[in-house]
Amino acid sequence: MNATSVKTLAVGALLATAAAVAPASAGTLDDVKAKGFVQCGVNGAGLQGFGAPDDKGDWKGLDVDMCRAVAAAVFGDATKVKFTPLNAKERFTALQSKEVDMLARNSTWTMSRDTQLGIQFTGVNYYDGQGFMAKKSLGVSSAKELNGASICVQSGTTTELNLADWFKANGLTFNPVVFEKQEEADAAYDSGRCDAYTTDASGLYSIRLKLTNPDDHVVLPEIISKEPLGPAVRQGDDQWAMIVKWSLYAMVTAEEFGVTQANVDEMKSSENPEIKRLLGLDGNFGEKIGIGADWAYNIVKAVGNYGEAFDRNVGAGSPLKIERGLNALWSKGGLQYAPPIR
Amino acid sequence: MTLRDTAPAPLAAPSRAGSWLYDPTIRGIVYQVALALFLVLFGWWIFDNTVQNLRAANIASGFGFMSDRAGFDIAQKPIEFTPDDTHGRAFLVSLVNTLIVAALGIVGATVLGFFAGVARLSPNWLLSKVAMVYVETFRNVPLLLQLLFWYKAVLSVLPGPKQGVVLPLGSNLSNRGLIVPRPVPGDGFGAVEIAVLVAIAAVFVLARWAKSRQEATGQIFPTFRVGAAVVVGLPLVVFLLAGMPLSFEYPELKGFNFVGGFVFKPELMALLLGLVIYTGAFIAEVVRAGIMAISHGQSEAAFALGLKPGVTMRRIIIPQAMRVIIPPLTSQYLNLTKNSSLAVAVGYPDLVAVFAGSTLNITGRAVEVIFLTMGVYLAISLVTAAFMNWFNTRVALIER
Repeated sequence: MNATSVKTLAVGALLATAAAVAPASAGTLDDVKAKGFVQCGVNGAGLQGFGAPDDKGDWKGLDVDMCRAVAAAVFGDATKVKFTPLNAKERFTALQSKEVDMLARNSTWTMSRDTQLGIQFTGVNYYDGQGFMAKKSLGVSSAKELNGASICVQSGTTTELNLADWFKANGLTFNPVVFEKQEEADAAYDSGRCDAYTTDASGLYSIRLKLTNPDDHVVLPEIISKEPLGPAVRQGDDQWAMIVKWSLYAMVTAEEFGVTQANVDEMKSSENPEIKRLLGLDGNFGEKIGIGADWAYNIVKAVGNYGEAFDRNVGAGSPLKIERGLNALWSKGGLQYAPPIR
Repeated sequence: MTLRDTAPAPLAAPSRAGSWLYDPTIRGIVYQVALALFLVLFGWWIFDNTVQNLRAANIASGFGFMSDRAGFDIAQKPIEFTPDDTHGRAFLVSLVNTLIVAALGIVGATVLGFFAGVARLSPNWLLSKVAMVYVETFRNVPLLLQLLFWYKAVLSVLPGPKQGVVLPLGSNLSNRGLIVPRPVPGDGFGAVEIAVLVAIAAVFVLARWAKSRQEATGQIFPTFRVGAAVVVGLPLVVFLLAGMPLSFEYPELKGFNFVGGFVFKPELMALLLGLVIYTGAFIAEVVRAGIMAISHGQSEAAFALGLKPGVTMRRIIIPQAMRVIIPPLTSQYLNLTKNSSLAVAVGYPDLVAVFAGSTLNITGRAVEVIFLTMGVYLAISLVTAAFMNWFNTRVALIER
């Protein structure tokens, strides 16, 4: 058995004995406060733009910033977060077994995951869709031309399921080459084992950067699925779920009202009631969910608003250069929409 | 101290009621029952606890998911499988894949190990040194590294399918694997299959007869040569009589890949190479130890009788060495089977990769899936061990 199986097994055993060992535990917020940091599950493969350590060993990415935002909301200090790198197979078990307090690991929100795994998605921090990447030399311009191709994919992902469904729906065949870890799938595709690679479109752009010759590969136009990626928490802890959910909404709201990392202090003197409520100057929204009144101020001060985090990690200010697209604010033709803070 | 000339008095039979407390038989039974009861209760406690915890955490449980649609495809399908089949079917497919790699691996490692073990004892200096270097190298490098090495080596050396190495009979070697023509049995091929079975049965009868004749008269019958002729000849005759009911499907390069033919995928090749070479090195040591355990006098006596070295090895040394070889060989077979679960690192769709990988991740039923997977490996191990133990008693030295 390999290390991952052993880990999964250990988690199973842990679940089996948890009741005997641990007394009815307090809420996640109390646990987090007691240990002094948020334990956050992120992408273990180093998916640049979403979760990856940079050359200095600092974690960077949109998901990583989601973790930092929660830490800022709870502690007023975005550095009070520890990252647990997880692969696709380990992620939900790690959350179920309390190895992590929250998961921000480009995980697709699906009904079965939301209802059967004992976990709960708290929002969408990236609207994605599954795409294909192929070698330019194949001369393929559409995924529909991939009949009979070998396709590299990561096991147990929604991607693996969509792949089979899409080829079936289009009356095409394919040869799956399935790997447990994204690095292994990347390496196999890079070495020419597969004609094409499939994962979320954002992932394709990120993976392409790591290939030996990124310019030899093309991302095909088809998007074959909806992949709403977002943070998740354990089911049954409403308070903690609200903190994670509203940390994301605070970032989106801040962008909507033009509150940025740079101007957040000036904005404190704004007369706009929406901004006053956001920054905790009017009403007591943070304290109602067990955190400080200045929770959203702390998030924007430490991490910035949603747009800033997007640009820095995956957008124009990053090597990925992904357009805002669906991830633009609702007021600018996108899907990012935060319920009002009032 | 002087020797007592009288034996100690036998233990008095229990005479009083209640002395059963001191009866070792009854006490033994009581302890055994108590232990069994404890184990049952402990098991039930764990089971109950798990179910309660899963329920408390809102995690669905039970084996119902086995009949749900799997929705993913599997790269190597020894039996029919489409994404519309169930997780139960995926379990079966991946189990067969595990058994395939275990069976091929065991045969390969045994052959390689026997040759390397014998070669290491060869008087030929070069041969024995080559065997030594092989054993010492591959025994001491972790298997996972070897698998990754073979996978990368297999992949990076081979060109893409369009530039693949063209081999005779339409075969092709590329980074998609070794593709060979696939035999397609026609009408009447069943007769050939029956002929094979008949021939094998005939050889068994022949071997028995030859053995009893040798014991009675001392004459040696060339069982191996005649047997080989029967096993090859009889099906061949039937095949010709039935009008050669066999055609070949040749692989053709269409679109991206070869269509048709039979494919040995690089994942399987890498996994087999790794397992065979790694386990072969251990088996070589087991064989060497077995042969060295046989007193040198045995071969000297055989030579004195005028037997040739080959016959001495085959008839005198190996049969005796088998007694020493088989028990550790069994554990190597078990290791190989369990190690095949490292398939997941090179993308071979075995039980761990498919069932404890895709299925687990899609359904989220970690406890059930891991429980079943462990059960399967336990069952395979127990069956292998039972067979090898039976084989061991067969070859054990029978003293007359």
